[in-house]
Amino acid sequence: MKLVLKKTASLIITLFIVSLLAFLAFQIIPGDPTTKILGTNASPEKVQALRAQLGLDRPVLLRYWDWLVSFLKGDFGTSYNYLRPVGSLLADKLPVTIALTLLSFVMTVVISIPLGILAGRVRSQAADHAGVVLNQVIMAVPPFFFGILSCYLFGIVLKWFQPGNYISLSDSVAGGISYLLLPALSLALPRIAMTVRMLRGSIREELTHNYVYTAQARGMSPGKILIRHVLKNAMIPVVTFLAVSAAEIMTGTIIIEQVFTIPGIGRLLVSSIGNRDFPVVQAIVVLLAAWIMIVNFIADMLNHWMDPRLAGM
Amino acid sequence: MKRRIASLLSLVVLPCALSMGFGATAVMAAGTKNASSGKTELVVGLSQDLDNSLDPYQITAAGTREVLFNVFEGLVKPDTDGSFVDAVASGHSVSEDGCTYTFTLRDGVKFHNGEAVTSDDVLYSFETCAATATNTAVAGALSDIQDITASDNEITITLPEANSSFLSTVSSVSIIPKDYTDQATAPVGTGPFRFESYSPQDKVVFVRNEDYYGGAPQLEKVICRIYEDANALFTSLDAGTLDMASHLALEQVNSLSNGYEVIEGEMNLVQALYLNNAKAPFDDEKVRQALCYAVDVDSLLELTEDGHGAKLGSSIYPSFTKYFDETLVDAYPYDPEKAAELLEEAGASGLSFTIKVPSNYQPHVDTANVLVEMLAAAGINASIQKVEWSTWLSDVYQGRDFEATVIGFDAAYLSPDALLQRWVSTDSSNMIGYSNEAYDAAIEKAHHAADDEAQVEAYKEAQKILSDTAANVYLQDMADFVVLNPAFTGYEFYPLYAIDFSKIHPAE
Repeated sequence: MKLVLKKTASLIITLFIVSLLAFLAFQIIPGDPTTKILGTNASPEKVQALRAQLGLDRPVLLRYWDWLVSFLKGDFGTSYNYLRPVGSLLADKLPVTIALTLLSFVMTVVISIPLGILAGRVRSQAADHAGVVLNQVIMAVPPFFFGILSCYLFGIVLKWFQPGNYISLSDSVAGGISYLLLPALSLALPRIAMTVRMLRGSIREELTHNYVYTAQARGMSPGKILIRHVLKNAMIPVVTFLAVSAAEIMTGTIIIEQVFTIPGIGRLLVSSIGNRDFPVVQAIVVLLAAWIMIVNFIADMLNHWMDPRLAGM
Repeated sequence: MKRRIASLLSLVVLPCALSMGFGATAVMAAGTKNASSGKTELVVGLSQDLDNSLDPYQITAAGTREVLFNVFEGLVKPDTDGSFVDAVASGHSVSEDGCTYTFTLRDGVKFHNGEAVTSDDVLYSFETCAATATNTAVAGALSDIQDITASDNEITITLPEANSSFLSTVSSVSIIPKDYTDQATAPVGTGPFRFESYSPQDKVVFVRNEDYYGGAPQLEKVICRIYEDANALFTSLDAGTLDMASHLALEQVNSLSNGYEVIEGEMNLVQALYLNNAKAPFDDEKVRQALCYAVDVDSLLELTEDGHGAKLGSSIYPSFTKYFDETLVDAYPYDPEKAAELLEEAGASGLSFTIKVPSNYQPHVDTANVLVEMLAAAGINASIQKVEWSTWLSDVYQGRDFEATVIGFDAAYLSPDALLQRWVSTDSSNMIGYSNEAYDAAIEKAHHAADDEAQVEAYKEAQKILSDTAANVYLQDMADFVVLNPAFTGYEFYPLYAIDFSKIHPAE
């Protein structure tokens, strides 16, 4: 309980600092939202008028304070570039990114754990080496490259799917999910490789412990030993890693959404930075920061729960 | 954080360019995709998102204007040949002295919300446009109106003096329903297509206007998918997701593998090396002329676009057939020695300057790269500084903090004013700080010319002054490639930014 309180306090403080930094960063980079909105029709008078209309002519700290107060009230402001409430924009885009993240995360877990166990148990030296090398290669290739490769292979050569033809989840859940399969896999692949490597290492290490020999001596079958004893211990670091992966996948969508032209918050974030659409950027940055910290918090909790040695700490 | 994201993006863009290379190796039978005739749903790729406001008087981006061309109409509207045809008006007449325009409202025109268009709506549209239009040239022309009245279905507009380009102003006043306040997000007009929905960064959907007075278009639905990235758009196109895309580059068209029909036209842009006439070194006419002589436009076209594209000599592009003065195209033949001489006369030998280019417009970046090489051959040391689009708008366009820049200006409406007005010395969008009394007088003369001939003459004079004083190094109107699924046909180019969906129909 005490831990939860402590973590919550640090979450709030960090979010406050993140939002302030994001706000200040916008003061430093050149350009302001009026330039993009007015484009080549801008004149000094129009810029002045629009700045006043958007409240950009007021002091920075005052603007931050106003933003903070309404944010706490649940009002995220209005996007300069889309003239609609940031809340409704996010409500449109967030489900897409969440679906992508979840899909990718489920893939990571479902594929990597059986593979990791297999890699941990495999006896043949040659097979093990081949597995390790393959794993290294997959780990080293960034998701966007898998993305581009699969757009080309499955989209242009095999025509199994149509790059850029994203089907909105509200139109068809099945259609939307099937479009998200490849991007999710692109995001998941390096993380699958890392999880497999970790699980393999940690199973192999556990197998050298004395309790394994004791269990063997008591006549337990290797399968039972693995599932009842070895895996229970070997999974501790893996679970932490997977939880952290969930955070990384969410931030990884920023790039993969560009590659696959998916209208999620990643693309919204990138274009909003270009447009100096401050209310949108601010909301997404805070959201991502909160997500990362909550996931880390869950990882901590899981660790405490799985590893009794940490319970007293 | 910004820098980090920018560097991440550059990582994405680089391999995308690679994947384009792959496209060329994939061989596909021509027209295999969507060959079924009778398709009435067109999927179009847009390379940029729409403007923040879809209100016809607030639109600034050409990319938004060209699709909303299908939704909004004025009393008259531009045609493909640059003339004006009656739209919401069924006929118009001009009085003998050129000061009074009378428009007859067409019977039975309905807005997309089902309401009939009345003369009240027309008056409201003119008032609102004059009061709120972001386009200063249009707002200015409307403010000159002395009187506008309506009786039954006749609208009479009185001008203080003749203005033979007044119809172009009328064409840019989209007729909108009176007191409808949601134009920014749910536009309502009278055009052949009705706006259905818009999801930012995703798509905008138009459906045909069954009540259109000119007959319902053949396409039932047009879905415009938004890419914001030329490479992603191209991949989609190559995979057959899209039926149509415009403003493609030559290299993209050449590596397209699926047998789409390629239609070539012009971008309708004045691409130039724009020079800051208000600041050294380009406040000296001789230095500017030297640059003109030092640039070989023919080989520039050859290098950047395999010779496609049309040369320009001034701030008007060739689609403005009546006004375009082709004699200016070769006003400055390639002559590096003469360039060196002029520079010496001006005391500017060993000139060096920086060209600021918006990094998101690859054609302009390519042009700038070629220019740097050409100028080096004439002993001029130019360097390129790539800037983000918002930075370009704030620093170069508004702040006028630049020496030279490569960019293209388009015409927001079908009048030479849309291109020439900005160089009048008092115009707020006179980015290059051009100030020439003779030029201002020529434009003024064009505005008040009694007849068409005198007006064309005055506009040509203005162009000549820009050329003589080497206001900018005029380069080209770039080639515009439109690709269309062979299941469709009927695409036509307009002399301004417009994609007319009503002309496109299924191929037989």
